[in-house]
Parts: sequence; C-alpha cells; structure tokens
Amino acid sequence: MSEAGGAPRQVYRRLADWLGNVPPGLLASRRAQADLLFRRIGITFAVYGDKDATERLIPFDLVPRLIARSEWARLEAGLIQRVKALNMFLADLYGPREVVRAGIVPPELVYRNPYYRPEMIGVKVPHDVYVHIAGIDVVRIDADDFYVLEDNARTPSGVSYMLENREVMMRLFPEVFSAHRVAPVENYPDQLLATLRSVTPRTADRDPVVVLLTPGQFNSAYYEHSFLADKLGIEIVEGRDLFVENDVVYMRTTEGPKRVDVIYRRLDDDFIDPLAFRPDSMLGVPGLMSAYQAGSVTLANAVGTGVSDDKAIYSYMPDIIRFYLGEDAKLKNVPTYRCREPDALGYVLDHLPELVVKEVNGSGGYGMLVGPHATRAQIDAFAAKLRHDPDNFIAQPTLALSTCPTATTSGIAPRHVDLRPFVLSGARGARVVPGGLTRVAMQEGSLVVNSSQGGGTKDTWIVDDGDRA
Amino acid sequence: MLSRTADSLFWMARYIERAEFLARTIEAAQRLSALPTAYNEHGTEWESALESSGVSELFHQKHETAEADTVVDFLTFDAENPSSIRNCIEAARTNGRAVRTALTAEMWEAINGAWLELKKFEDALKSGSDRTEEVPRFLDFVKQTSLLFDGSMIRTMLRDPSFWFARLGIFVERADNTARILDVKYHVLLPDTETVGGSLDYFQWAAILRTVSALTAYHWIYRESIKPWLIADLLILRSEMPRSLLSCYENIVSCLDSLGRAYGRQGGAQRLARKTMAQLENASIGGLFQDGLHEFITTFIDDNNRLGASISEQYLV
Repeated sequence: MSEAGGAPRQVYRRLADWLGNVPPGLLASRRAQADLLFRRIGITFAVYGDKDATERLIPFDLVPRLIARSEWARLEAGLIQRVKALNMFLADLYGPREVVRAGIVPPELVYRNPYYRPEMIGVKVPHDVYVHIAGIDVVRIDADDFYVLEDNARTPSGVSYMLENREVMMRLFPEVFSAHRVAPVENYPDQLLATLRSVTPRTADRDPVVVLLTPGQFNSAYYEHSFLADKLGIEIVEGRDLFVENDVVYMRTTEGPKRVDVIYRRLDDDFIDPLAFRPDSMLGVPGLMSAYQAGSVTLANAVGTGVSDDKAIYSYMPDIIRFYLGEDAKLKNVPTYRCREPDALGYVLDHLPELVVKEVNGSGGYGMLVGPHATRAQIDAFAAKLRHDPDNFIAQPTLALSTCPTATTSGIAPRHVDLRPFVLSGARGARVVPGGLTRVAMQEGSLVVNSSQGGGTKDTWIVDDGDRA
Repeated sequence: MLSRTADSLFWMARYIERAEFLARTIEAAQRLSALPTAYNEHGTEWESALESSGVSELFHQKHETAEADTVVDFLTFDAENPSSIRNCIEAARTNGRAVRTALTAEMWEAINGAWLELKKFEDALKSGSDRTEEVPRFLDFVKQTSLLFDGSMIRTMLRDPSFWFARLGIFVERADNTARILDVKYHVLLPDTETVGGSLDYFQWAAILRTVSALTAYHWIYRESIKPWLIADLLILRSEMPRSLLSCYENIVSCLDSLGRAYGRQGGAQRLARKTMAQLENASIGGLFQDGLHEFITTFIDDNNRLGASISEQYLV
C-alpha cells in the first residue's frame, strides 16, 4: 500500500490512520468475532484428499484491500473488453474459425486442447454468449497497471466469499465503513439472475425457469452453490433431479415435471452428460447435451469454454483482442514463455530458479514450480518434466506482486495478494460488480494465494479517490 | 419443490424419530433387565429390544446370544447396523445437509450439533470410559435431540410443503415404531392368557409405557391398575395419546391434506391414509382382540409401509 517513499498511498491514508489508532486488543477481539460469524454462517470449503477436514474455514483477513474508484474504472473497462473478446473468440472457434485461418492462434493449440469440444461446432448459443460468468484473476505489479494472471472461463468460484466477506466486515467495522465510501457488491445475485434470465432460449410469455446444477454436497464449492441458489431464489439441483425427454429438460418436483430453461451449471463439461462425455459419471443428466444442441436449454457457462482459458491460449490474448476488437488490450498480460516454442524452452530451462512454471491446464496451484522457492532437486525434477512434455507448460517471471497490509500474528504486515473480479455477460452486454475476491498469501513472502494451498481472503473495497472524498 | 428436497426432509425427520425410539427401547430393556430374576425368569428383554427395532436377524449374524453389552453396542454405535442410533443421526444429518437451505437455522443447528456431539460420545465410549455412566447420558442426549429438533421445526418452519413433508416423516415413522412394540409384545397383550397378571407382566407393561412416555398418561386416562387390553387401547385407538396409531394417522392425514391443498391435487397417498384412519376410528379394542390383535398389527405395519411407498411415488421421486 506504500508509495516508493514509504508513505501510505493516498487511497489508504484514512485506513492507515485508523489502524494506527485502534486500541490494542480491538483487532484481536474482532478477529474472534469474525471467526465465530464465519463458523456460524457455515462458510466452508472442502479440501480434496483431506478426509478429516471435509469442511474447513478459509482464513479471513480483517484488513480490507482498497482500490480507488478511478483505478477501478480502468480495470473494469479492461475486464469487459477481455470478456467481450473471449466470447467472440469462442463463437469463432466453434464457428468459422477465422482466428485460426488468419494465423493468430496455432491450430494445434485449439484442436488438441482437451477442453475444445467438437460437439459445440455449429451450436447456436443465445446471444452468442459463451462465458456468462468469468472470474478474471489480476495482480498489480506497479502503481499504474493490473496484469491478468488467468482467465477463468469455465466455472469460476469464490463469489460467495466476496459477498460474505463484505457482510462480515460491515457487521464488525461499521465505523470504518462510514469513513469510506465503499461501492456496494450486494446486488451481485440480482445481476447474476438477470444475466441468466436474459439468455433463456425461449421467447415464451412465462418466466424462464433457472436452476443451479451442482455435483452435490461433497464438492469443494458446495457451500457456494447453495449460497448462490439461496440468494438467487432458484432451485439447486443435482443431475438426478433432472431428466430429458424429447430434447427438453425437466426437473422432478413434488408437483410433477417442470420444464427448465437455463442451467447455471457448476459441473465441468466432462460430467454434465454421460451420453456425450464421460460415460462413467453419475453426476450429470443423460441427454442434456442433445437438448442443449437442440437449443431448448441454455447452459451457463457454455460447453467448451475451457479452450479459451488455458495458459497457452492466454499468452495469445493480446493478439486475440486486437483481432476481434481492433483495439489494444487494456489490461496487460504477464510476460509468458510458451515452452512449446524451442527458443522459449531453452530460456526457461536456463532460468528455472527465477521463473514460475505452470501446467497449461492446471489450476488450484497444483503442478506448478515456484523457482525462487524451490530446492535444487525440485528444479531438476521439474526440468525433466518440462523436457518430456514442453507443450504442457508455460513459464512466467516471478512478479514483484503488490502487497496489502494484513493482520498477522505479529501485527499488521504486508502480504502478497491477487484479485478475482467477476464479469457477467448476458443479452445486454457485460458488467462487473465493483469489487471481487482478494486472495492473500498468509505466509510471509509466499506468492501462493490459492485456498487449497492455505491462502486466505479479504474484503475488497472500491472507494472514492482519497482527494475527492 | 424438488422431489429430492422433499425426500430428504421426509427421511431426515424419520431418522431422528427412529433414533429416539431406539433410545427409548434400550432404556426399557435396561429397566426390565435390572429386575431381580424372580420377576424376570425368561430374560428375553434384549431379544425383544432387537425384534422391535427390526434388526434381530442382522444382530445374530454377528453375535450368538443377546446380552446387554452387545445389544446396546449394536443399537447405539455399531456402524454395521444401518439402524443404529449413530447411523440414524448421521443419515439425518446427511439428508439435512443436502437440503440445508430448506431448513431453518435452528433446525440445522439442532441436527448438526447432535452430529458433532455424537462423535464425542462415540470417542468417549470407545476409549473405554465408564459405560454405566456414559450410556444413560447418551440415551438422554438422543431423546433431547429429537425434542430440540421437533421443537425447532414447530417453532421456526414456515407452514409450507417442506414442513408437511418433514412432519409426515415423523408420523409415518412413529406409527411404525409403536406398532412394532405392540407386535413384539402382542402375546402378553392377550387379555386371557394364563401368564398374564403376574408381576412380570406388570413390569413389562410399565416398561412399554415408559418406552412411549405414557405411564402417567395411562393413569390419567384410565384411573386403573395396568391392564393389557387398556394398554393396547391407549396405544392403538386413543387419539389423545400422541404416539398412538390413531393420533399418528390423524397427523398424517392432516399433513397430506395440507399438501393436497397446497398443490390443488389429491392422490393415492391421501386415500390410503384416510382409509387407515377410518379403520382406526371405527375400531373398538374388544373387536380387535376378537379378530386377532397380531393380525391387526401385522396388517397395520404393511399398510403403513404401503403408505410410505405411496407418498414416495406421489411426491418424492
């Protein structure tokens, strides 16, 4: 939060004053209250492979992250531009494929991508919206710019934390809220519902029926699924609650079958329909894909969006944006070495201790090498993996990630953060609720913010610029 | 409402009710087995407890004879017994968790709290703490859980189909439980068998009445010493007795009527429930004995099962 000179940046000045004056013990007692609130509300996530702790709390940091409204406006414009391009890119990949013919994106990156779904070729999705909900991960490296880390275009999660963190902060620190003008995020569920309703496939006179499809209560994000269904006032369904007849999707209710128009699915492509994808999956709905192809139901996000959000395609995003929109990307990409390119691979192998190497389709902080924190042996082992399958990896320089003041056991200290704002795209264009999920690496010096790796979260405040408040 | 949601609510309530019944069954058996052998020469109380819980066969695949310790273990914490109290509470919680948003916060806390507490008891009992102390505390805890659950349901839930499905679960299960106790003990209910009248009977009756929390009620209603046919009357035909078959069916019919009104449609479940209630309303205890109490109870249990299947078919799948 500091400028080069060490003084707090303008936007943080008020908060820094407050933090400097809080009576000792107050933060600790609020911290205890926050834990209690989270536990009572039951905001938990499940960790795969962790049998004893199927429901765990994500560490919550009391110190909010502040972003000035003027900065946010620039970020927002960049996010909307990005999601617009993602949607055009997907429509093109499953349609005329001009981007490939023009030589912007190498064909093998598309056709060999496991998330490219030939089943989607020629399928007309309502309003050409593929990515209805995007969670674009960004980081700040210098005072001026946000860089995009990752485009999450499949089933991004975390929005429940954005909403609950705000709820808890407003309860615990009303005095700090009144000293700032914080843009509200509470209308996210309304906007999400409006977005989902806007892409209904039918122009019927009755209200579209929207449901949320979850893999079930043992999924790591089940809490979020039920939270959202609750806030949206829609049914949370599992695969066995739905059935397809004559390419129309119905849900089983106590009053008989009810037709479903829009499915906000939090289930990966592979699992939505055992007839079309993985036959061994019990989670999905037999025939769903066929109903979708027939245009009788909308899936959000569309099937096959994963092709646009892998880390190899990511490196082409600036070109993709220019190709479709004729504009330069407003948000920068982190410089990325594509290990599939021999020159880049050579460089990466020579500089592993300085780089972060990621699997092209990896997520959740798994399967990556953080060079500066790795041992010689880990680096050697990773080098072997790289040589064996270079196409599967990209590498990025370790960034001088910005830090935020964070309450630690030894007082307020800087910790690395990133930010996931949620972009909604519907029939009437894209919008972003002012805020997002700030994830924070709770360990000193650590760059890893994933919740599955022990990262925490904090509330994100978009506030009036200090000098105008 | 989703059929799955209704199904989970129905079964969640059934499992809590069943857990309470098991706790009461164990208490009754303990009370009987505490009698001096002079009063209790047959010593079949643990066998009866298994039978009225419907797990006798399963138990004997594992144990030769029914002893206090093995039966209590089997009915409380045995993971292999699908109807153990432990498994009932866990199943209730799993069902509740699946429909978390259909429950009020109080209901969820009652059920989730019980599940957490259950683990503590399980650990304590496994670590070999004093069973004579711990088992009664555990059984009290189970009874309190169902009171808390039932109370929070009544005090906090909207009177909408979610509520009626959960209530249906309670009463379908309760009717089954009451009928099972009667069935296991039917031979001592017969008014003119020779063995009746001894002190064994007296204690067995008292124990049965305690099982359903009705000893005081008996005295209030009949103002007489304990007589088997009056007990049968109390547990089958008295609508003021909350665990009687008639009372259960009055509640079942009322829940199904509410659902029928909410959905503007009646079905097989409503018809079946009304038929059974009419039979109970028109019966007299003398008539039941004349036609054969055992046959009556067996038919009732079958009908009650059929009603469960019919509710399921009509609403839950």
